[in-house]
This record gives sequence, C-alpha cells and structure tokens, in this order.
Amino acid sequence: MAFQVNTVKYSGKINVIPVGAQKINLGGQAAFPFYDFEGALPNKPKLALQIWDMDPGESYAAPLAAAYEGVLGDPGTWAKKAVEYGADMVCLTLKSTDPNDKNAGAAEAVAATQKVLDAVDVPVIVFGVDNKDKDVETLSAICEKFAGKNLVIGPITDKNYKQIGAQALAYGHTVIARSPIDVNLAKQLNILLMDLGIKPDKILIDPNTGGLGYGMEYCYSVMERLQAAALLQADDKLQQPIINMLGEEIWKTKEANQKVEDVPTLGDQNSRGVLMEVTEAVSLCAAGTSLLVLSHPESLKIVRYYIDLWADGGEIKGDGYLNVPITPIA
Amino acid sequence: MALTGIQIFKLLPGTNCKKCGSPTCLAFAMNLASGKAELDACPDVSEASREKLSAASAPPIRPVTIGSGATAIKVGGETVQYRHEKTFFNPTGIGGLIEDSKSAADIAATVKRWQALQYLRVGLNLRPELAIVKGGPNLAAAAKAVVDNSDLSVVLYSEDVAALKSAAEALAGKNPLIGPATAANYKEVAEVAKAAKVPVWLKAKDLDEVAVLTKGLKEAGINDIVVDTGARTPKKVFQDSVAMRRAALVGQNRDYGYGTITFPNEITDNLALQVPVAASLIAKYAGIVVLSDLDGAVVFPLLLQRLNIFTDPQRPMTQTEGIYPINDPDENSPVLVTTNFSLTYFIVSGEVEASRVPSWLLIKDSEGLSVLTAWAAGKFSGDDVGQFVLKRSGIVDKIKHKSVIIPGYAAAISGDMEEELPGWKVAIGPREAAHLTKFLKEFSVA
Ligand code: SF4
Repeated sequence: MAFQVNTVKYSGKINVIPVGAQKINLGGQAAFPFYDFEGALPNKPKLALQIWDMDPGESYAAPLAAAYEGVLGDPGTWAKKAVEYGADMVCLTLKSTDPNDKNAGAAEAVAATQKVLDAVDVPVIVFGVDNKDKDVETLSAICEKFAGKNLVIGPITDKNYKQIGAQALAYGHTVIARSPIDVNLAKQLNILLMDLGIKPDKILIDPNTGGLGYGMEYCYSVMERLQAAALLQADDKLQQPIINMLGEEIWKTKEANQKVEDVPTLGDQNSRGVLMEVTEAVSLCAAGTSLLVLSHPESLKIVRYYIDLWADGGEIKGDGYLNVPITPIA
Repeated sequence: MALTGIQIFKLLPGTNCKKCGSPTCLAFAMNLASGKAELDACPDVSEASREKLSAASAPPIRPVTIGSGATAIKVGGETVQYRHEKTFFNPTGIGGLIEDSKSAADIAATVKRWQALQYLRVGLNLRPELAIVKGGPNLAAAAKAVVDNSDLSVVLYSEDVAALKSAAEALAGKNPLIGPATAANYKEVAEVAKAAKVPVWLKAKDLDEVAVLTKGLKEAGINDIVVDTGARTPKKVFQDSVAMRRAALVGQNRDYGYGTITFPNEITDNLALQVPVAASLIAKYAGIVVLSDLDGAVVFPLLLQRLNIFTDPQRPMTQTEGIYPINDPDENSPVLVTTNFSLTYFIVSGEVEASRVPSWLLIKDSEGLSVLTAWAAGKFSGDDVGQFVLKRSGIVDKIKHKSVIIPGYAAAISGDMEEELPGWKVAIGPREAAHLTKFLKEFSVA
C-alpha cells in the first residue's frame, strides 16, 4: 500500500489581516507552517525591512551600514532603498525617541513617519522603543496624524494598551500586541485589546523575539504553542498572525559584530550575519510566523527565495545569491 | 509502541498469584503501562509474551550511534513532534562533504580547518561532528586521511560495495555510518555492515520505498538504520521529514521508526543557500545535515539554531558562578553583578564587551533565573548578593575600589547590600543591558 502521511484535523484558522492602505494580507493559515498537505496556507510569510528614524551611527553593524550606505539618516530615502531591495513592508523604528538616548518628541516621530509615507507606497510598520510612556506619546500622535492609513503600530503592552489601543481604534490602524514570551499573557493582552473594541483582524501578536543563540528557543516554542491553540483548539483569542522583530536581535549580538580577522573561526562577517539572520528567519517560519522584520537586504533576498521554494516546490536554481568566502584558519 | 494496561493484561498469566507484589494481574498490568513496575517482577510470564512486551516498549524511533569519541552522535531516539511537549534529545549532526578524488594533503587541510570550528557556549562545545566521505575506488584512503588528521566521525557514501567494505575496514573501531543501501545493493551492504558491526544509511526513491528497504535491511540482520528519503527539493525534503516523524510517532509504524540523513549539498551547490535548507531540517527532525563545505559563517548560525532547538525546555541554562573579566580589567575597573541565567550572562557580557570598557562581571548563582524573577523569588537578595561580592566571589582580591553595579531590575536590594558591604557604593545600573555601554562610559568607581 502506498505511504500515506498521518494528517491532523484543524478546527481553527489564523485571521487574515489586511495591512496598509494597499491591503497586503497577513495570516490566514489553516495548517501548521508549510504543511500544505493537510490545510490551506493562502499567504506566505511577508518580509519587512527595518529602518531607523535617525542615523544609527557607531552602534550599527558594519555590514548593515554598508548595505544602506548613503541613505542612513534620512528615513524617506532609506525606506525607498528598502523597497528597492524587495521589502513587502517597511518598519520604521523610532530610535531617536528613546529617553535613554536622544529623547526626540512626538513631532519628530510624526515627521519621520511622514517622510516614509511620502517616499514609499508599501504598508508601513511604526515601531516605538518599548518604553511604555514614550510610546504612548509618539504612537498616539502618529495614529491621529495618519488616520485611515492602516499603519501597523507597536509595540503595545499591558502597560499602555489603553492609550495607544484607543488611538489605533479611533484612527483605523492595526496594532502589534507585545507580551513577554508567554501564551497566556499573549491571550490576556489580546482580550484586553478586543475589550477596547479593537477587531480581531486588527491585531498582530509579537511574542518578543529572542535572537539566535540568545533565547530564540523560548519564542520558538511559544509560537508553536500559539499555533496549536489557534489551529487545533480554535482559540479565537489567539488567532492573530505573528510578527517577529528578528533582524535587530541578530545584528546587535556580539558575534554579528566581530571582525573575521579577530575570530577567523566565525568566518566572513557579512556572510555570517546574513546567515544568522536567515537561520533565525527560517526557524521562525517553521514555528509559524506571518511577518518577519529583517535588517539586511541580502537576508531578505535569500529568505524570500527560500520561502517560495519551500511553499511552492521546485528546485533551487540559486544564481546571484550570496557567495560565502571560505576563511582559512591558521 | 506503548501498550495500554488492558493490552498488557492479556499477555500476563492471569492467575492473580500476587508474586509480583500487585494484588492482581490487572493491577500489575496497569502499573507496567504507567511505568511503575518492571516486567521482571512477574516470574511466570511466558517467553512469547515477554518478547511482545519488550518489542512494544522499544523506542518508536530507534536511536543509532554514529562515529566514536568526542564527535560521536546519536540519530533518532526522539519521542515528540514539538520540543515543548518534552524535549528533543539528539541534536542534528552537522557534516561536510569530502570527495575521495581529492588528494590526501587536500583532505588533511580541509578536515583540520573543519575541526577548528569549535565554539564554547553555556559550558557546551558547539561544533560540526561529521565528514561525509564520498566516492569509489579511493574511499578507504580518503576516509583514512579524515580520521588521521581530525577527530571527525565519518559517514561513508559510495554505491560501490567493495569500496564501502575496504573503507569500513580501514575505519575499524571508528563506527562509521555506511551507505547508501539501495534497492539494488542492500543485501550486500548489509553483509558489509554486519561484518564491520557498523550502522547503515539507506537511500530510497520515495517514502514508499523507505519501508521496503528498512524491512529488507531488518531481514538481512541490520537494526541500526538511518534513512535518506531521496527528496532533493526544499519542499519535498521538509515534508518527507515531517511525514517520517509522524509515521513513527502518530502512525506507530515501525518501518519508519528511524532517524534521517539529509543532503542540503545535493539540493543546491550554493553554500549560502544550503543554510536555509539545513535550518528548516534542523527545526523539523533531520538526524544529519550534510553541507558541501564547512565554514564559520555557515556552521556557526546552524550550531546556534541547533543549540536553541535541542535545549531542554524544562531546564534553564545556567552560567557557572564566578568572576568573568571582560576587556582586560584591572584593579580600578568597574564591577557588575548579575544572575546566572545563561541568557542574562550572554546579553550582559556581550554588551559590556561591546562597550569596550574593561570590567569585571560577577555571576551569582540564582538557580538559572533572570534578574527580575530571581529577585522576586528571593534568589538575588541584598544579603545574599552582598555576601557573594564580599566573600565568595573573591573579587576583593582583584580590585582596589569599593563599588559594585547591580542590575536596574534589582534596584530594591541596594539598601540591604550596603548593609552587607560597609563602606561600599552600590550603584544601580540600567534595567536593559542595551543601555550598559552608555552607563559604563559615564560610570566612575568610588
Ligand atoms: S506475578 Fe504475574 S501472574 Fe502473578 S499476579 Fe503478578 S502478574 Fe499475575
């Protein structure tokens, strides 16, 4: 008898979330990731590139600085560059508003967002600095100013969901609900947001992504459990697509910033960082992501190509992709 | 596969003689089913029943040891589909391909380079373990060059059974995995493996043929088997991997109860593109992934992923308590103290290192909890941390100043600490490690 795969019956599915004025669809999965032999997977994970609202300066990893040479410091041209590189969406992070750093105000955050929206016509994520009060100040203003643009706004936590949530609701934006790597806390926050009146198809779950080798496993397992709750138990408080802010987690690690001359066993720095990002992206795809926020354009290119083959089938023809130089070790 | 109490009961003598210590055979059967009793406690169970019961209690995916020494790995032996259900036990082996057409000197240089790819992390040594030696006439010489110049374990890859035989003999005692056994040659390969007492990998055309070949090898006396389902596209190799795990665990199908070997290197020549293939297969169930070459830029990301995926989710990883000098500190360098949760250690030490400020990092045993949880659970209290800094850690012998930085999330313990550390300045650091650089640059010791 021919082999038959043991299949699972799913009773729920992930909500479809249209984002941006252009309505790119996120989510919609009715099976575990890439298990299309037992359920429909209408939308592949979407890929965003992260940009800053200021010149990152010294703290920015050298391979990223090289990839975005000439556009750092201007969010508009930077966003344009990201779209040229093939990003489905742009994630503007309001780094300049960090109270521990420049502490820029709401007006500056609004201006940076305006520049990005003027420059590109893909959906835009506007991400704060995960400071409960500062994010209320900046994101509330952005919600109001860009009414009806269906921006993706975050992070919203149980500490500031009321203020930012109310603004997002009033002005028609989609929210990113961030909870600390825990299924129950994710559910609680979703319930709080829905109680405010936010529709289930206006929420994304941010499980607080850890970096590869720096806690990715916690997020990975929480995502698998979220998927199980949403798809097998049909828990309608958890059927939101997942967003992972992984690029910045990768590029801030020590290993992504070490020079090959100093540590030859880590190999070429650019390739290493890109492949760390690719490896985490693929892991999170396997765990059920719907939206990956990446940093390096080469990572995006590889991940995009791979997701297409992984989902649709076909052979790798792989021309024009990263060529890893082999590092000799004395 | 695990039998129910009732199924076990039917295999017992049914005399209720109580010799096993249970009041009835049924009670004993229930205890067996829940793992509370051993079959040997019943002296009267028949030989036939004993065989059935031990076959049923065999692991659903057979664990197979490959290689020897520091690089020996186990393939198979898994019991769940999702790591949070229990844990994944046997990390995917990572290997590079050696063609036997290469000169012995080339092979020596290559495997020496591969062997240098080792990374110490959370007390574990992360490294690729395998060289896959492929070819025909020169197989034995090439394999010998691998083991003479490195401690890598070997997978032999040749359709030429005579070559496999001489290579297996040349690696006596090294326990190589040999193959591929195919529909055409599996009986001969089985003979070689039996004589050399080594495990076999098979290469099937598809999942149907996997069962034909595992049955064939078993009949030929081979139990230690690793499976290549033959898939060579990203989608197929992933879905086959899932299908194998499901068949073994859900379908309880013994013919599929084996670990797998996969060949990202045969899916694409581009080394960078082999990484996403391998990453999808490390996430979902491959026993071995083979790459066309090994380099830090490629294996380091995969080793980190493997570490994450195969970490026991029930057990927090910890860093050993003690003093960690960062950036060559001296007697006037600042001292930071934090908990021994490995993630905390990694993030804090990474940030301190990035700040380029020479510093002493003290790691205090807090049972693997992060700062906030450790503080809340009383594992990072003022007296305790104060005592540790002053006495147990030994830092006072290394510094001339009297100041220590505690994590922002543990700010509440500073008062108690100052009582334990008379004359010291207890500074409250930032809550987030990301702000350490700025903090350290502005900090001066008292
Ligand atoms: S010793 Fe064996 S036969 Fe006797 S009661 Fe126990 S299980 Fe039954």
